Amino acid sequence: MADLKKTPLYDIYEKYGGRIIDFSGWALPVQFTSIKEEHAACREAAALWDVSDMGEILVEGADALSLLQFLMVNDISKGYPGRVIYSPMCYPNGGVVDDMMIVCMQGGKYLLVVNAGNIERDYEWILTASKYFKDVTVKNLSADVAEVALQGPNSERVLQRICNYPLNELKYYHAAEHVDVAGIDTLITRTGYTGEDGFEIYCKAKDGIALFEAILEADEGDGLVPAGLGCRDTLRFEASMPLYGQELDENHGPLVAGLGRFVAFGKGTYFVGSTALMEQREKGLPAKLVGLEMLEKSVPRTGYKVLDESGEKEIGYITTGSYAPTLDKYLAMAYVPVEASAVGTKVKVLIRNKPYAAEVVKMPFYKRGKK
Amino acid sequence: MTYPVNLKYTETHEYAKIEGNKAYFGITHYAQDQLGDIVFVELPEVGREIKAGEIFATVESVKAVSDCYAPLSGKVVEVNENINDSPDLLNKDPHGEGWICAVEISDPSEVNKLMDVAAYEKHAAEGGGHH
Repeated sequence: MADLKKTPLYDIYEKYGGRIIDFSGWALPVQFTSIKEEHAACREAAALWDVSDMGEILVEGADALSLLQFLMVNDISKGYPGRVIYSPMCYPNGGVVDDMMIVCMQGGKYLLVVNAGNIERDYEWILTASKYFKDVTVKNLSADVAEVALQGPNSERVLQRICNYPLNELKYYHAAEHVDVAGIDTLITRTGYTGEDGFEIYCKAKDGIALFEAILEADEGDGLVPAGLGCRDTLRFEASMPLYGQELDENHGPLVAGLGRFVAFGKGTYFVGSTALMEQREKGLPAKLVGLEMLEKSVPRTGYKVLDESGEKEIGYITTGSYAPTLDKYLAMAYVPVEASAVGTKVKVLIRNKPYAAEVVKMPFYKRGKK
Repeated sequence: MTYPVNLKYTETHEYAKIEGNKAYFGITHYAQDQLGDIVFVELPEVGREIKAGEIFATVESVKAVSDCYAPLSGKVVEVNENINDSPDLLNKDPHGEGWICAVEISDPSEVNKLMDVAAYEKHAAEGGGHH
């Protein structure tokens, strides 16, 4: 593990029993106790992750908004300090460079939270585009920032014990800057990647361990557990949230991935990818991301082939597949042709060279109940 | 972890529990611990002739897919249907309730090629080779 990248929290994984794996070049814990237990803790109580592998890119200056309007498919002009916006960032062909959270901050600054595997490429892409704008600077802050994710129904109660900010006033997809959490200066967003209520909390890299442990210690019988990558994936999968490299990539853009609601064709400015995406929308999509449920029991996995009902013709492939712990089902997300995308369509999934029956079902697979 | 003395073990972390001319196959505690939460087991068909070293079952955890190699040659005479509904039996009781299938042993001399408990405990303690 010596040559792997480490987050500022690496040194405490062992203390909590983390089992470290190589996750695309990062040494991260896949689990602390068990993926199923940590998954259930997040759904029923609360779970805490080190997600410092995520990247943070700061965009600021008078032309920051213009740059982001040019690069992002969503309408960033709807942002205001304290608002968080999700957006894919596309190539001219409509494929995706990366998808990210954009935290609109005080003073016309924007913090872009990007996927770990794409940090350098995103930074170069944004920096290159910024040369065409007068007053804008782009900084890659990734190495200086620690980020933890506190997710689950008990998150607010736990976090409120160690911070003064009235968290019940912080709405979904909103952010609060310079919040004192256990004496640490943090940025808090009410966002997440699990399908549950929760927070993502950013601080200086050097404060990461103290923040992580302060949150764990704020638990007073709330069932909070440290959690690893394993359930980070099963939770987002059940909530049918896309993962870059699986549902989204250079060739699979926001429309085929079912993220059309984040593509603001009408925002009044040109954006990279708009021509190709508009053409896709008008001519019809080349594929569609659907949910599949196995009718014959077996585990569908990333990359497995999807066949038509007869089992003879290959029609698509699975982007993410897994046992879904909360739902106790074997589910997958898959790209199939539009004509095979209607709910109820019967297909086969090729598993170890045998076709198993599956059916197109609605996404998201899991949606939390309203409080 | 102590391993049962009455089992015979493979380097790839399967075991055979021999009872007369029958052997029960399963995966060891070490294997289940490495895999994590087991969510599916693809069982062999009853009646299938298996050779030692062939894949007789596939065990899937949330994150991983792992083939299981037959410790001995024989004909499958029974499969553990309970693990269809409760694949976690392999986590909870790998050497007992979590057995995978039973075979009628076709070549008893193969038993001598398997590891005894002392050899296997050493193997597992040393990191278990590659599974």
